[in-house]
Amino acid sequence: MRLIAENLGGERGGDTVFSDIGFALEEGQALVVTGPNGSGKSTLLRVIAGLLPVAEGSVKIEGGGEAFPSVASACHYLGHQNAMKPALSVAENLRFWRDFNGDGQLGVEEGLETVGLGGIGHLPFGYLSTGQRRRAAIAKLLVSHRPLWLVDEPTAGLDKASEGRFAGLMARHCAEGGMIVAATHLPLGLDGAKGLVMGELLPQQGTAS
Amino acid sequence: MWALFLRDIRLNIRAGGGALTGVIFFLAVIATIPFGVGPDLKLLARIGPAILWIGALLSCLLGLDRLFQADREDGSLDLLVLGNDRHMLALTVLTKCLAHWAGSVLPLVIAAPLLGLLMNMEPLGIGATALTLLVGTPAITFIGAAGAAVAVALPRGGLLISVLVLPLTIPVLIFGVSASYGATANPDPFLQPFLILAALTLFLAVLGPVSAALALRHGTD
Repeated sequence: MRLIAENLGGERGGDTVFSDIGFALEEGQALVVTGPNGSGKSTLLRVIAGLLPVAEGSVKIEGGGEAFPSVASACHYLGHQNAMKPALSVAENLRFWRDFNGDGQLGVEEGLETVGLGGIGHLPFGYLSTGQRRRAAIAKLLVSHRPLWLVDEPTAGLDKASEGRFAGLMARHCAEGGMIVAATHLPLGLDGAKGLVMGELLPQQGTAS
Repeated sequence: MWALFLRDIRLNIRAGGGALTGVIFFLAVIATIPFGVGPDLKLLARIGPAILWIGALLSCLLGLDRLFQADREDGSLDLLVLGNDRHMLALTVLTKCLAHWAGSVLPLVIAAPLLGLLMNMEPLGIGATALTLLVGTPAITFIGAAGAAVAVALPRGGLLISVLVLPLTIPVLIFGVSASYGATANPDPFLQPFLILAALTLFLAVLGPVSAALALRHGTD
C-alpha cells in the first residue's frame, strides 16, 4: 500500500496556503511535516484526509484493495480536538469509536492501559486533564485498525514520559506496516522518518497564478 | 450505527443534554394558553389540537441547533464524515435524527395527552392528537436536520435554523392538525390527512438526511 501526493495544493477561504507538495509513502514509513505557524500543516492533513477539497494536484492511496479504497477509509485522523464527549465516560467514548470505526484491534481496557490510563475508564471524559484527554484520544487510534495515521500536533499537552510512549506506539505502527503523516513543532522521536518542511520554497501568497 | 444511536441517546439523557428542555418549554407554552385565552372551556377544547401541535412544533425546533454543532465543536463530526465509506453519511445522519427524535421529541409526544387535559379536550381528541404527533414529529426532525447541517458552522445558528425550517414544516402542521380535528368533528375526514402526514414523514426521512449529508460533506473547513 502506498500513499501518493502529486503537486498537491490547498487553499483556505480562497487563499492558496500551499502548493506543489509531493511525496510518496511506502508501508512502514512516516512523514513528519514541520514549519512555522500558518504554513499550512493542518490544512495539508485535512486535504489528505479529504475533509477539505483538493485545490490542485491529487492525493490517493494505492493498493488498498477492497477494504481501503480511499484515503478517508484508510486513515485515522487525530486533529486538534479529541472527538470525545465530556459527558460520557472514557470507556464509553472509546467503545463507541471502536464500534463505529470497526476493524477492532485492541480492547478498550487494553487500549487505555497501552497509553497509561488503565483503571480510569469509568471516569467522565470531562474530568480528565489536558494530557490525559490527549492520551485517551491516542487510545482511539489503537482500538481500531487503520493503516494510515494522520496526526496533527499529537503530543500537544503530553508530558515527557507520554511523549516517549507515543513515539514507541508510532514506531510499532510503522514496524507493523502502517504509515504515519504527522504535523508537529516538537520532535516526535521517530527514527528514519521522512521530513517535509512547509513554508519554504513556496511562492509568496498572491503571486501564485 | 446502533452504537451511534445509543451514544446520542445517552448524551441526550445525561446532564447537559436537551431531553428535558423541550418538555419544559412545551409545558410552559400549553400551561399559559388557558390563562391568555380565558376560562371558556368550549373554545379551549376547540383550539386544543392546534395549540398542542404548535407547541410541539416549537419545542421540536428548540434543540435542533445542537444536532450537529456539538459534534462539530469536539471534532467528532470530522470523523463521522470520514467514515463515509463504511457508513454512508446519509445513514449516519438518519441515525442521529432518530436518536434525537427518541431522546428529545418522543417525551413531547408522551407529555401531549397530559397537556391535552389542560386544554379540556375529549379523550378521543387527545388520542388522535397524540397519534398524529407520533407520526408527524419525525418529519420535523428530518427537515430540521437539513437546516442544522446548513447552519452547523455558524456560532448562533439556532435562530437561523428556526427561520429556515419553520416554513418547510407548515405542511406537516396543516395535515397533523386537520387529522386531529378529523377524529372529533364529524364531517371532516381523519384517514386522508393522516395518511398524507405519514407519507410526508416517509418522504422527508429520505430527503432530509440526504440533503443534510450533502451540506455536511461540503461544509467542513
